[in-house]
Amino acid sequence: MSSPQPLIQISGLSHWYKMGDEELRVLKDVSLHIHHGEFVAIIGPSGSGKSTLMNMIGCLDVPNEGSYRLDGQEVRELSDNRLSAIRNEKLGFIFQQFNLLSKLTALENVELPLIYRGLPHKERRMLAEQSLERVGLSSRKLHRPSELSGGQQQRVAIARAIAGKPSILLADEPTGALDTNTGKEIIQLIRELNEQGHTIILITHDLTVASQADRIIHIQDGVIAIDGGARV
Amino acid sequence: MNITQSLKMAVKSIMSNKLRSFLTMLGIIIGVAAVIALVSVGQGAASNITTQMQGLGTNLLTVNISGRGVATSLSYEESLTYAAVPGVKEVSPVISGQVTAKNGTDNVTVQTEGITPEYETVRDYHVQAGRFILPIDIEYRQRIALIGTGTAQDLFGTSNPVGQSVLLNGQRFTIVGLLASKGSSLQSSNDDKILIPISTAERLLKSKGVRSIYIQAQSTDTMDSAMNLIKAKLLNKFGSEDAYTVFNQQDMLDTASSISNTLSIALGGIAGISLFVGGIGIMNIMLVSVNERTREIGIRKAIGAKRRDILTQFLIESVTLGALGGLIGVGIGFGASKLVGKFTSLSVSTSWNIVLLAFCFSLAIGVIFGIVPANKAAKLKPIDALRTD
Repeated sequence: MSSPQPLIQISGLSHWYKMGDEELRVLKDVSLHIHHGEFVAIIGPSGSGKSTLMNMIGCLDVPNEGSYRLDGQEVRELSDNRLSAIRNEKLGFIFQQFNLLSKLTALENVELPLIYRGLPHKERRMLAEQSLERVGLSSRKLHRPSELSGGQQQRVAIARAIAGKPSILLADEPTGALDTNTGKEIIQLIRELNEQGHTIILITHDLTVASQADRIIHIQDGVIAIDGGARV
Repeated sequence: MNITQSLKMAVKSIMSNKLRSFLTMLGIIIGVAAVIALVSVGQGAASNITTQMQGLGTNLLTVNISGRGVATSLSYEESLTYAAVPGVKEVSPVISGQVTAKNGTDNVTVQTEGITPEYETVRDYHVQAGRFILPIDIEYRQRIALIGTGTAQDLFGTSNPVGQSVLLNGQRFTIVGLLASKGSSLQSSNDDKILIPISTAERLLKSKGVRSIYIQAQSTDTMDSAMNLIKAKLLNKFGSEDAYTVFNQQDMLDTASSISNTLSIALGGIAGISLFVGGIGIMNIMLVSVNERTREIGIRKAIGAKRRDILTQFLIESVTLGALGGLIGVGIGFGASKLVGKFTSLSVSTSWNIVLLAFCFSLAIGVIFGIVPANKAAKLKPIDALRTD
């Protein structure tokens, strides 16, 4: 059922932080495969290590030990610049706090990753407008984040994440700062993106949100407790 | 990411906090404006002094005889022998004194010089109307006079003095020429004077012998050798170095311009310090800005900004601050020096060199003081940056 090479291939991954003299082991020997087109939810209580795992998958941090292959490439061997390029091309981030730049308009926010990719102005505009249309916010493209509701801001953030057509979307508690109804709409949107072919990795502590995913991975105390496997 | 894009981001960020950006630039603005205004004043003073010196004549040596013992002066004929010294072009002996000049009821005390025709070329004095003193005037002790514009104004008002007569210490002189205006030199006004033939002056001023001689060298190169030969000749005559002094106009010029150059450098240096302080201001604000925007940096890095992108973004921001401050400073400095030139007696000369230099300096300060904050921003780890709010 799985394609020959998993998109994400994690094996024996461990990570720890130094807190003074003590070592705080956050991830302990985690192994995980995620394939193209999957919708995975990683669930666990706070302090379980799920955010650290997301940072690892998102190439925001590099593990102390073990191997992480993204698209067949060993992340630990990559330079800071290559990591930036990979985040830009292969990953789209959706944060709990939206993390939009407040001084830029919705359109400019969506354009930002494309600027860093070095696309010419016209192409950038076009891609940005397209992805704003996909999240249904074309009409508000010239508004600044402060002029948008929470749900709309999260949609702009999603548009920014998908603008560069990345293979993986990483959503860290995307509904955490939204009310229930808006949260449902956002999850619905994420589902639709998955149906359109994006691989989704959703981090949450909320089981109802996680239940929307095809595969649920429970993480506790830095180890994978239950891996739901792919829903057939 | 290209430069235009970075520039747009920088301008956007500067414009989003106008007051702070302006206050940050203020140090640079004041520094650049001060450099331009002060150096302009300094250079104005320098060129002023140089013109005044050159107004005395070119390649000029001045011999003053104070006298010791028996010989207190040179005779007119003796003074002319200095023209034979190698390297000397012309000699202009002068007998001078104060004379009361009277025309009708107007009278003034005026500096009067008894001169020879060579005075015209050696001292660079010319007539604007009438004629200069001729050798025949000397020979026949003619009672004729040339009058400076200032004195002419005092005695004759606006009417033409040429052809009129004037009483000098009670003796009637005919004015044959009006001197061209030369402005004032360091010592006194060059236009308040009367020139008469040297032979006539000996009698009028009751002064036998020449006490000062203006000597023109053939060129700047022969000046030093001519001066030494003249000194030797004078020593031979008077037997003491205290009896005379020889001024080299070039030396005076050099001294004066070195003084004014020192002045320019000192003024520019003081202003440069304020420019430097302005740079520290930029660095300070940029460091604060990096701290404030840690989260923004984290977001940018998460969506794919490379170290270089963040570095250029902040560097361009500080360079833009420097450049903008520099431009405003150039404007203000230029305006200020124009105002100083217009409303005070100081003469001002603004050279494009100093404008360019001050502007480039402010750019450089933007770069130098931007590097530390920009580097700090570029080195932030994305997870650490995202974690702060």
